[in-house]
Amino acid sequence: MAVLVFTENWDGKFKKLSFELVSYAQKVAEKLNVPVVAISIGKVAEEELKKLGDYGADKVVSITNGYLKTLDNQVYTKVISEVAQKENAKVILLSHNNTGKALAPRLSVKLKAAMGSGLTCLPSEVDPFTVHKKVFTGKASANVELNSDIKVLTLSQNSFKLISSDNNATIEEYSTGIQESDVKTRVTSTDKQTGKLLLTDAEIVVSGGRGMKSPDNWGPIEELAELLGAATACSRPVSDEGWRSHEEHTGQTGKIIAPNLYIAAGISGAIQHLAGISSAKYLVAINTDPDAPIFEAADYGIVGDVHKILPELISIVKENKS
Amino acid sequence: MRIFVCLGNVPDTTTKVTFTENNSVFNNTGVQWIINPWDELALTRAMELKEDTGSLVEKVTVITVGTKSAEPTIRKALAIGADDAIRIDAEPTDAYAVAAKLADVLKDEDFGFVMCGIESCDYNGFAVGGMLSEFLNLPSVSAVSGIEVEGEKVSVSRTIDGGKEIMSIDTPFVAIVQKGISIEPRIPAMRGIMMARKKPLNVVEASNAEILTNHKSFELPQPKPPCKMIDPENVKELFDLLQKEAKVI
Repeated sequence: MAVLVFTENWDGKFKKLSFELVSYAQKVAEKLNVPVVAISIGKVAEEELKKLGDYGADKVVSITNGYLKTLDNQVYTKVISEVAQKENAKVILLSHNNTGKALAPRLSVKLKAAMGSGLTCLPSEVDPFTVHKKVFTGKASANVELNSDIKVLTLSQNSFKLISSDNNATIEEYSTGIQESDVKTRVTSTDKQTGKLLLTDAEIVVSGGRGMKSPDNWGPIEELAELLGAATACSRPVSDEGWRSHEEHTGQTGKIIAPNLYIAAGISGAIQHLAGISSAKYLVAINTDPDAPIFEAADYGIVGDVHKILPELISIVKENKS
Repeated sequence: MRIFVCLGNVPDTTTKVTFTENNSVFNNTGVQWIINPWDELALTRAMELKEDTGSLVEKVTVITVGTKSAEPTIRKALAIGADDAIRIDAEPTDAYAVAAKLADVLKDEDFGFVMCGIESCDYNGFAVGGMLSEFLNLPSVSAVSGIEVEGEKVSVSRTIDGGKEIMSIDTPFVAIVQKGISIEPRIPAMRGIMMARKKPLNVVEASNAEILTNHKSFELPQPKPPCKMIDPENVKELFDLLQKEAKVI
């Protein structure tokens, strides 16, 4: 038996979310008294694979089949369930990112496993297996019993602390029989920014709303983000107006994020926007309207003009950096 | 080519959420029901494709698992422009059972693709579309933010971390769509509303499907401490709080 973790790497380096997943798996495995097995797909050096042990993996199953270069949901599901069956996995853990959201429901059907998605904390019980998850887009949460032998879970990014371990993970190569004819989707072009901090990965996010008045006023948001090592975001009207890319839209129908700090500049705080940031650990609001709903959700607030406050904040951050 | 669009019937996104029976049941008293926002965007895109003379999309059918109470939402979808509708007569319980019931009906239908919203704004399961594709043993693409049909050929763009990919895919398949698939959901026009009354809404019996999850109890968020207001003349205080109290910078 095992807790199985689906890890992700970029060009052979594991992303932080993979270490979060293994850390979480370590704690679930402890409760079930079973080992943690991590799956790695693609070419990853042995030294890098070993790092999964530093966060609790007992074994790493490494798969380098060339037909797994791009994500084909059907094929990946097949491969993960092969490994799940081989390892007799009782819990399968994926990230609640685009890849995890694509694979978890398929795995759920393939393995007849109940699914718990977007988790931010450990299961409260393992018998019956009970998870706590947000529902109604963050307006409430639910305790959900997963009543099946196998469970598929997805973990929200940046919601679980890394836990180190002194495991020396064993590495096992696994060859799957996937062939070209199994792959039914073809990627014809990729447009990917490299080197840019992703909104969903960021620990600090600086976000602008309609109160910024014009796309030409985004300089201070970008400068503050740069200084704090933060990603930039925006509210829905801003992306709908085309002031900023849809990639940055945070809220109910946009990205749902859980940074340590979210700075909302000129955002009034519509309920749909708040739904996207309700998991932020600290929320700072800067807005001219003292009655804006954002202040009810915020931890720290300043009633004032963003065009004046942001530059001041920037110079204070600069002073303290030097 | 025929397109199916799966609809979820969900509480309006501005609903004040409360629970009854000792916090175990969602209180639907006075709730306005709407088409799940992602499904509405999917339907909008399906209508655009049908109207596009370059595509061979001829028919758009909406399909839902729901009781009679879901019919106003289905009629709204017909008013937006769907040609016909199928209602699988059952209470939508968990995602696994809903997907199984959809699959049991769709497996006998002929289609180019099925569109599902990536999540529902009630139970946020992120599940039905992917589960449906696996039940049907069809390819799926998730996080789809664009879909083009040229003749019989379909290409989709999907969001990946840090960008997007354009993919070509053989029909039939399941597209799990998110924001960007269309910009603004269509609002039914008076003519559409009149026509919707006469469009076929077929009610079919639901197959038996297992339920794997149980939403045992619900909790409302704890009231948070009030926002600490900072004097706009003293921005330094904000910096100090973030550094020393919150310890986040």
